[in-house]
Amino acid sequence: MRSPLTPEMATQEVQLNETLAHLKTESETLKTKLEEERAKLHDVELHQVAEKVEGLGQFVMKTRRTLKGHGNKVLCMDWCKDKRRIVSSSQDGKVIVWDAFTTNKEHAVTMPCTWVMACAYAPSGCAVACGGLDNKCSVYPLSLDKNENLAAKKKSVAMHTNYLSACSFTNSDMQILTSSGDGTCALWDVESGQLLQSFHGHAADVLCLDLAPSETGNTFVSGGCDKKANVWDMRSGQCIQSFETHESDINSVRYYPSGDAFASGSDDATCRLYDLRADREVAIYSKESIIFGVSSVDFSLSGRLLFGGYNDYTINVWDVLKGTRVSILFGHENRVSTLRVSPDGTAFCTGSWDHTLRIWA
Amino acid sequence: MTIRTARQDRVQHFRPRTHCLKKLEAMVVEMQDSKSGVKGSEQKLNVTTIPHVISGKDVIAWITNKMKNTTEDAQAFGTMLVAYGYIYPLQNHRKLVMCNDDSLYRFQTPYFWPTQKWFAEDIDYAIYLAKRNIRKKGMLEPYEQAHYNHLHEWLNHKWDFIVMQATEQYKAGKERKKPDRVVFDCQERAYWIVNRPPRRTHSALDVGPERLIDPNIDEKISFDQYRRMNMFYQQAIMRSKVKSSVSLGALVKYITTYKNHDPFLAPCLPSNPWQTDNDSYWTLNMRRVDVPTKMRVERWSFSLFELLSDLRGRDDFKIFLKKEFSGENLAFWEAAEELKLGTASSMSTKAETIFKTFLAPGAPRWINIDGRTMGLTVKGLDHPHRYVLEAAQTHVFLLMKKDTFFRYLKSPVYKDIQKKAQSPEAHNFSPAQLEQNAQSRSPGIHPMILWQQEEEEKAKAAAASAPVDVKAMMSKIDRKK
Repeated sequence: MRSPLTPEMATQEVQLNETLAHLKTESETLKTKLEEERAKLHDVELHQVAEKVEGLGQFVMKTRRTLKGHGNKVLCMDWCKDKRRIVSSSQDGKVIVWDAFTTNKEHAVTMPCTWVMACAYAPSGCAVACGGLDNKCSVYPLSLDKNENLAAKKKSVAMHTNYLSACSFTNSDMQILTSSGDGTCALWDVESGQLLQSFHGHAADVLCLDLAPSETGNTFVSGGCDKKANVWDMRSGQCIQSFETHESDINSVRYYPSGDAFASGSDDATCRLYDLRADREVAIYSKESIIFGVSSVDFSLSGRLLFGGYNDYTINVWDVLKGTRVSILFGHENRVSTLRVSPDGTAFCTGSWDHTLRIWA
Repeated sequence: MTIRTARQDRVQHFRPRTHCLKKLEAMVVEMQDSKSGVKGSEQKLNVTTIPHVISGKDVIAWITNKMKNTTEDAQAFGTMLVAYGYIYPLQNHRKLVMCNDDSLYRFQTPYFWPTQKWFAEDIDYAIYLAKRNIRKKGMLEPYEQAHYNHLHEWLNHKWDFIVMQATEQYKAGKERKKPDRVVFDCQERAYWIVNRPPRRTHSALDVGPERLIDPNIDEKISFDQYRRMNMFYQQAIMRSKVKSSVSLGALVKYITTYKNHDPFLAPCLPSNPWQTDNDSYWTLNMRRVDVPTKMRVERWSFSLFELLSDLRGRDDFKIFLKKEFSGENLAFWEAAEELKLGTASSMSTKAETIFKTFLAPGAPRWINIDGRTMGLTVKGLDHPHRYVLEAAQTHVFLLMKKDTFFRYLKSPVYKDIQKKAQSPEAHNFSPAQLEQNAQSRSPGIHPMILWQQEEEEKAKAAAASAPVDVKAMMSKIDRKK
């Protein structure tokens, strides 16, 4: 039961509603205007530009290594800059560092929580970061001494108010970028655990992020359950570009090697390419027969191939320019949860809920 | 059938990975069409005759025809239909895969489809397990027994209700005809295998942690949020954009430039370590090789960014800069990078050193940047933060990019290294040799050891190139005298 409105309050409330409605219409007008501006510069489609490019041949990609050792679903993995070592994390809380070339397990850490959804290798090769349902991102310095207990030197860096969905080191071991189910991303100083910058703007869980490989290196892109992919300026914390064309959660975002575009993979079973300079979506990679979501995407070294790990246990390889699928790979026995191309592009690694990781080349 | 309390429509779109269910359902309905769907037949299974049984290979053939794709593709799709519980296997009921042979399957009744009966509640599971226990003690499998014990503990306050429901269902079941009962039991069992999968079963309804924020709730967008959104739109409209033909052209150009360097598109020499188990490719491209490969040297010419990102290339660039006596730009750029990426605590000391070395009037390695940038930077250094050198760093980078970089490519230093660079022969291993390689994969050098070496080298180089403090040198000489 509301208290009886005085005449003044009534007019005030009406005024507020009018301004709200006014803002809403203004918002819609601006949005349409933005679309118009973008469309004005849209003078050619990607596949038209790609007509002059020669087609790709047949690919023979096989599983070259199968890494067995996790006791439960593999959720995330990352490559070391040495091009052969990887770190992987799983549902049972285990984080393992492997030399994928020899398939030896080099280090293993047991996290105090389950569902370790994010892990990253430090650029120096001397540490790994991981986190998940503990809402934190912790850094473990690695050791050459096999008997050393890594958990003893663990450093808690990031603190979110909900699960950690992704983490990445910047170009040094000293800073970590994280994204979380609480809808924010954040940049942290590793040594002190200090929050350097936080990024607000997503309306729902943020599921993935990727740092720009550009010479300035000050931006990153994030994707979330609000179907938006946002590009952020690390210096100011502002969202500088936003794209909302997917029909469902965006599970993975990855920059094109030149830094001028990025790809996204979503539960709506499509991968899309967004051009940052033209400020629009320029390609959709989909097929009618593919209806299961994409969990993870990555580009080959030149950017010509886009690899996608799907929830129907397969990997689809797309020709980025022509928009066609060039190959489909089978092998995993449960959904592919993570996919990364190695730093020198010689192979890519997939992690799956079937407890294994595979290296393909 | 069974009395259920009306459940709130959970509207599954905030449960992850359920966007595909609509399309799946449409497909399953088509598959069951009496004329154009998959042909079923009656099959005898353990004395009972079960109607509408389909074989795996018929399903796969139907999918291949419908979607016009390969058998493998269709098999993967079929497996997903089983993993989501739309089709269930009659024989190997714990393995949720579609086999391309005479394995028998049935369509699940819509009542048990994931969209209809989404939230498989623990209380329903408890009723189901209790019912099976009533029917025949000791019938539960070990994993089911474990679930049962757990549920008995935490649902204990509702156990009377559970047992009552279970008994009701059991009695109702006994009154059905045997074939109907067998069919219903199979359906129910299949439903629970998908929703409470035993350890080695891969069910697609195993979705993981739920999403926290439901993006479909009609959020009341506040006044402030609208204002922020509108500001964002206005900025976005004003931001300079590039024509599609230009930006897409740039993407194509990048691909064409790097085409021969992409191991998936062109063979890497001598061979791809993952394919031949021989890691020469990595050894030849290590950080500190005397003679880099031709491909690597070529890549340095693609952009200044490539040249600086490859530390071996950066070394070569430094040799060139030393000859030109213009090493201070790159040194400043490196120092600025270190400031940006360093620890928060080290920033003020670093900022001070950089000021003294590069920016102060009369500094030993004074960089030549325009007055305005210099003014802004020096002012910013009063309160140093991570990005205080951003403007100066960009300016210096552009200078190098537009001038120094191109002179480097035309210089004798670069031409020299191009000539010296090696082009390894492609490996041609016989199957026996490949076997041998696989047995003796080299462990390489641990990145931590390489990192320590790198740090030592950097420290040495820094000490060697540090500006000489003349006063200290003089006083040292005086003291010696």
